[in-house]
Amino acid sequence: MSRTWAFLSATRGGARLHWTDWASYGYLFLGVFLMFFPVIWLVLSSFKTEADLQRYPPTFLPYQQQTITLDGYADPLPLFEITAGEHAGMILAQLRRVGLQAQMVDPANPEERLTIAIADRVPVERFTLATENYTELFGRFNFLLYFWNSTFITVTATLIMLLTNSMAAFALSKYDFRGRTVVLLLVIGTLMIPQTVVLVPLFLIVTELGMFNSLWGVIIPGAATPTGVFLLRQYMLTIPDEILDAARMDKASEWKIYWRIILPLSAPAIAVLAILAIMWRWNDFLWPLIVLTQSENFTLQLALNSFQGELQTQWSSLLAMTVLTLLPIAMVFMFLQKYIATGIASTGGK
Amino acid sequence: MAETTGQGAAAPAPTPATPARTDGLFLCLISPVMRVIEIPMLALQRMLGIHRLAWVFLLPNLLLFGLFAFLPVILNVAYATTGGANVLLADRPYVGAENFGFLTDCANYLDPNSCREDKFWRAVWNTLWFVTLQVGIMVGFSLLTAIVLNREIRARGFFRAVFFFPVLLSPVVVALIWKWILQREGVLNAFLDWTGVGGYNWMVDADWAFGWSVFLSVWAHMGFYTLILLAGLQAIPRDVYEAATMDRASPWRVFRRITLPLLSPTMLVVLVLALIKGVQTFDEVYAFTGGGPGTATTFIIQYIYEEGFAGAPRLFGLAAAASLMVAGVLVVLTLVQLWVSRRSANG
Repeated sequence: MSRTWAFLSATRGGARLHWTDWASYGYLFLGVFLMFFPVIWLVLSSFKTEADLQRYPPTFLPYQQQTITLDGYADPLPLFEITAGEHAGMILAQLRRVGLQAQMVDPANPEERLTIAIADRVPVERFTLATENYTELFGRFNFLLYFWNSTFITVTATLIMLLTNSMAAFALSKYDFRGRTVVLLLVIGTLMIPQTVVLVPLFLIVTELGMFNSLWGVIIPGAATPTGVFLLRQYMLTIPDEILDAARMDKASEWKIYWRIILPLSAPAIAVLAILAIMWRWNDFLWPLIVLTQSENFTLQLALNSFQGELQTQWSSLLAMTVLTLLPIAMVFMFLQKYIATGIASTGGK
Repeated sequence: MAETTGQGAAAPAPTPATPARTDGLFLCLISPVMRVIEIPMLALQRMLGIHRLAWVFLLPNLLLFGLFAFLPVILNVAYATTGGANVLLADRPYVGAENFGFLTDCANYLDPNSCREDKFWRAVWNTLWFVTLQVGIMVGFSLLTAIVLNREIRARGFFRAVFFFPVLLSPVVVALIWKWILQREGVLNAFLDWTGVGGYNWMVDADWAFGWSVFLSVWAHMGFYTLILLAGLQAIPRDVYEAATMDRASPWRVFRRITLPLLSPTMLVVLVLALIKGVQTFDEVYAFTGGGPGTATTFIIQYIYEEGFAGAPRLFGLAAAASLMVAGVLVVLTLVQLWVSRRSANG
């Protein structure tokens, strides 16, 4: 025992744990609870039936009342355990409730009807995952349409952004031309114009281009980003110019140099930018909210937001949809955690 | 046990290369497209020569910047100086500075009730309060978390990931998660009832709704700033600390005299970045409270959104005028950010 303790409280330096170490671990575990519990609670709740969600105080795990199908009754009957009276300890199926009494039958002996006070019975419950919350999304809520809209916007916007930004970065890092400094300053200038402050004119331009209520209206305006150009340019500057000269000797065209040499060599930076772009687009909210006003164009984020207004009581579907919305990003995070952390910290943007 | 050693979280590119196999697959997918583009590009190269071809490479990006960033800034001024509810500029009567006058017509700027457009000033004051509280609390906790994560602890990679992951959640998801926890019959109230403190209907109380909005925003964004501060801490040379240990400096003194001064450039960057994002807060709070109860959590971006896009007569002029005011604040903050990050990059 004491040896286990010695192992647990040892530090890398070999010294005993100081009180500040205990405070640190205390803080960290509090953090784990605060950061994880809300998401775990969301996932657990999404597997509860609507009836289970209405229960107060809530249970930690999803439970469902057990039912039984008896001959002569069309619907499954709910099961109750009797806690007091002459039938105490038996498990009975309830036929109907009349005031403070309930008519019940013993599943083993369905002929005989018993009358039990409702205070004397508790429902028989078992841990059950209400997967119908999820299957319902595909039938009743057009989930696939919203999922497709979100995916289409994310993928197309990311590809366009990678292409245009890498082309600009290539020009700005590998060519000497008059006006390069001006262009660089212009790119820095766009840092000062976030979408939030040009909403009205942006709306006009998008409408004039016929992209109002179209997914392209969300994709195109955000395709050029100063962050992306700078990130890629910084990386391309580290690629030696001799490679380009050698390729030109071999009569490779400039476009070929760009996509056969520079793009593959900048793959790490492109990967970082791709992850950032996917995150930005999947989570985007304000601009889609303005451009996409018809529900058949909604992204997942918009659908979630509008459902929470409409279906004030339909938490079961809403929670399941929330889980499915955060799932793709959670997967990306799990597999590419390191890239994301580096990418975000080195660009200072999210 | 996952043990990531003190590797700089913010190490700039180059990052580890992706496996060659995925590169090959990717090239296979894009090469038909690239080959098609090559034909006009080759013609252009013959016509323009290599050096002027740079402009062709820049063209798509500059076109997008011009159309969706610079042109809107000019148009924003045009909208702010015209009135009416028409989208087309030709149909909008010129009103000069009337929109600005309407927004700033106040007997006492500290009291929104004395203003003609009281909603705007409520939004302004809400935003100021929110930014002050949110940035203060968030940077404080990020610093604390970064310092704890910088200690010699086990499973550092795991803990770092735990504090970071809410950054990736979408604002709507964050809002719904906390709405579900905080609702009248939610798990927090169940816990409070159980302990005897007693639950509360948080979301109908203006002060609590505001407080929870600050909390939710800190919860969602803290990990990002923790990451930057952690990188800043790890950049402080070890021998400085060793020298302090030799001199038997107390931990508090080490923190005050070494950590804080050496971290201050990073702190400044974090502070300005957090201010820039804080002023533009909209998504998560809008999905969380809808701006309510009343106007308790209506911020400036929501005011712009509602005047310009959600209201019945769409007051584009007013929205544009308010946007220009926000833009002014953001331009100053961004210039400070550029200046600060340049200075800290130069050491």
